[in-house]
Amino acid sequence: MSNLAWIFVSTVLVNNFTLVMFLGLCSFFGVTAKIETAWRLGLANTFVLLLTAVGAWALNTYVLTQTPFLRTIAFIVVIGSGVQITEMAVKKYFPVLFRQLGIYLPLITTNCAILGLALFQTSRHYNLAEALVFAIGAGVGLTLALALMASIRERIEVAEVPVIARRMGLVLVIASCLSMAFMGFAGMGSVP
Amino acid sequence: MTAVPSVQPVQPAGASAFVPGSPPPATLAADIWRGIARENPVLVQFLGMCPTMAVTNTLANGIAMGVATLFVLVGSGLIVSLFRKYIAHEVRITSYILIIATFVTLADMILAATFPAISKALGPFMPLNVANGLLLGRAEAFAAKVGPVRAVADGFGMGMGFTLSLVLLSATRELLGGGSLLNQDILGPRFEPWVFMVMPPGGFLTLGIALLGLAFIIERRRRRTQEAA
Repeated sequence: MSNLAWIFVSTVLVNNFTLVMFLGLCSFFGVTAKIETAWRLGLANTFVLLLTAVGAWALNTYVLTQTPFLRTIAFIVVIGSGVQITEMAVKKYFPVLFRQLGIYLPLITTNCAILGLALFQTSRHYNLAEALVFAIGAGVGLTLALALMASIRERIEVAEVPVIARRMGLVLVIASCLSMAFMGFAGMGSVP
Repeated sequence: MTAVPSVQPVQPAGASAFVPGSPPPATLAADIWRGIARENPVLVQFLGMCPTMAVTNTLANGIAMGVATLFVLVGSGLIVSLFRKYIAHEVRITSYILIIATFVTLADMILAATFPAISKALGPFMPLNVANGLLLGRAEAFAAKVGPVRAVADGFGMGMGFTLSLVLLSATRELLGGGSLLNQDILGPRFEPWVFMVMPPGGFLTLGIALLGLAFIIERRRRRTQEAA
């Protein structure tokens, strides 16, 4: 398999951002009660991940070459303003999509998955093409995890669950089972 | 608001004026204790889940992440509180994020200089702490509204609560997953390590079981008070 295809498969399945790398857990637990919102959040995240990949690549290549200690601060500022710009652009040109996404768009700023993508992309020295494939893989993996979790939680809603498991405890145990399923892909190998 | 008399009674110097309608003066001990127990960041508020799960595979990592977060909470709480009257409302989130990112970078560099092995094991998860919802949450919900002393107390309490939760989770995972604590063999050579516990699913499962146990205790206490009533 070529390097790019391998990065994609590895990010979606072997090192799934949410279930294996623990990135973006807040939205994973917070907003996966309905499958409809899970899809929308996954879509919004994928879009911001792509923007972040390009932004982080540009920062690493042209701006931060002399000042690596400013990396964290620079990344978070770029992500914060990037989300803000995305929000304004979507509001102006795609008002229907904006109403559908609602609160999830600004919430993406504090999603660890976005900053995590920028940081992992840096520590693995990806070039622009690899970074873009990494971002798409991360977005697909995130959406997959959100959709899986949401569809299971929709079933739990109508199931008889013991009183003590009605809150987060059961959700975490389910996440553990999902994560275990994804560990099965580890046999395919790890990131080169 | 209650009508304030036009002529203020003379207050002895040093005594705080009691304003009718304001919340009762909170003690520093209450500010600290709240973060450790009633509003524990991990076990009650579910904030900062990413670092919680990702670094609790060994006790050393858990302690390092907990103490670093404590440092950032106290530092950013102090600065946010000191500058709360000068930060414009419109740009407050960006300002808080910048203050937090500065302290996280500091903590990252201090850790890399003092414990390079742990810093390497944590990898990008240390700078990822910027996106920890707990840090921004405390800055916005508490530090921006109170004086520096209370903000520091709150940061200390929340940091202690976070550290204690991480120690609980990471000690369980390292003990069962490797039979050791802080790399010291505890359970002896005949113990077969549950490798599952130090892998990602083990993190979800450990916190899940901790939450189920907590819910069980709370539910039992609720039933007892109901029966007593």
